Amino acid sequence: MTAQGASGNANDWRVKVGLAEMLKGGVIMDVTNAKQAEIAEKAGACAVMALERVPSDIRKEGGVARMASVKVIREIMATVTIPVMAKVRIGHLAEAEVLQALEVDFIDESEVLTPADEENHIWKHDFRIPFVCGARNLGEALRRIAEGAAMIRTKGEAGSGNVVEAVRHMRTIVSQMRKLTTMRDDELMKEAKELGAPLDLIRQVARTGKLPVPNFSAGGIATPADAALVRRLGAEAVFVGSGIFKSSDPEVRAKAVVKATTHFEDAKAILEAHEELGEAMPGLDIRQIDEKDLLQTRGW
Amino acid sequence: MKIGILAVQGDFEAHAAMLARLGVATALVRTPADLDGCDGLILPGGESTTQLQFLEEEGLAERIRRFAAEGGALFGTCAGTILLAREVQNPAQSSLGLLDATVLRNAYGRQIASAVVSGACQGKSGPLEMVFIRGPVIERVGAGVEVLAEYAGKPVLARQGRILAATFHPELTADTTVHELFLQLAASREPAAAAAANQ
Repeated sequence: MTAQGASGNANDWRVKVGLAEMLKGGVIMDVTNAKQAEIAEKAGACAVMALERVPSDIRKEGGVARMASVKVIREIMATVTIPVMAKVRIGHLAEAEVLQALEVDFIDESEVLTPADEENHIWKHDFRIPFVCGARNLGEALRRIAEGAAMIRTKGEAGSGNVVEAVRHMRTIVSQMRKLTTMRDDELMKEAKELGAPLDLIRQVARTGKLPVPNFSAGGIATPADAALVRRLGAEAVFVGSGIFKSSDPEVRAKAVVKATTHFEDAKAILEAHEELGEAMPGLDIRQIDEKDLLQTRGW
Repeated sequence: MKIGILAVQGDFEAHAAMLARLGVATALVRTPADLDGCDGLILPGGESTTQLQFLEEEGLAERIRRFAAEGGALFGTCAGTILLAREVQNPAQSSLGLLDATVLRNAYGRQIASAVVSGACQGKSGPLEMVFIRGPVIERVGAGVEVLAEYAGKPVLARQGRILAATFHPELTADTTVHELFLQLAASREPAAAAAANQ
């Protein structure tokens, strides 16, 4: 596989992307303790993401956001049978080594935490645990894949409760891929230069019209209809962060988002998912957020 | 012939791509009605807890049991095998109970233990590549179950009548052996039974 890169083992790469394949069509929920993880699993989450604070609290409280406490991650791993993911700071390869030693199932090198390196992302081929990374456009997605990410998710704007950025990023990635499929071979080098992405991956996308790894959506999804929307735009699965446990009705909402993610083309099912819902999390107008407070501009 | 693929969650697209390569018509199954007119149903990999919730709450479990009783062929991979088994442990969870076997979930360990291996498989002369991802272990099979492949002393591919179950992911390889075997099972259904079931 072309995306496997020079330093990764081919079969390691296959089982990394293979786990991402298994998560398709599902919902991955942010949780901060074992109790929430249990609620997520019962509601039908296909995986949980362990973190110290959900993005909306990180946004509110500020300070440095780091990898979650090992004790909490362990408790979550002991509580649920579904895959457990955890976040590391961008470029923090030592945090990632800790999570690998802990044997979490997936590592998210995430812009939601405070970056540890403003120049370089982790060289993910060095790890046996698969990584997911955020992206706002195709160039960013392919750079992360070249570094060894086995799954891409849109960045969206985490903790905003506003789906507009996730929509923007998914539409951007999908339309940039569609454009590649219409280009001649001799036009692809220029496109690789402009997107800042490796030519072999550009050529692969031009041929298939898809990313070489699963393409999920995250960042601002707060309702079942939000989940259905990003699925309709091309997301193969959905991450929900603050949207579940910052709502008035986590159990009901978690289940409703799972239902809408599967039946994303069935308006009647999405209606049913909305029937019992209480208040969604409070949302933010992205235009009211200071440039310096945006999470999506972290990483490149 | 038409093969349904349970598409509530998991790697259903990988199975669809494999069947497309074999030139077989497929239908994604998300509701009980989606299974009408199918000769076989694939239960893909994914998270069995998630899939089970859809099966139990949306009438799919009952529809799949009826499909099996009418002679429809079933093929589970990984999570699909967990759903098919009569008994599930580690921890215990409910299932369709159609395959006389006991299955232990996540029995090889977490993702770090996932691996690509190869081993002998009945009906194939060379070794079969097997991709295990957080796979279950078939701990026990009943007398009516034929073991077609083993790995590390445990059955990894088993057949009971028109039910086929793998704990690995043939859909993530280029080898079509196991899917072709399943298509033979689906094709072996009595035409009269198929016609009656589809009325």
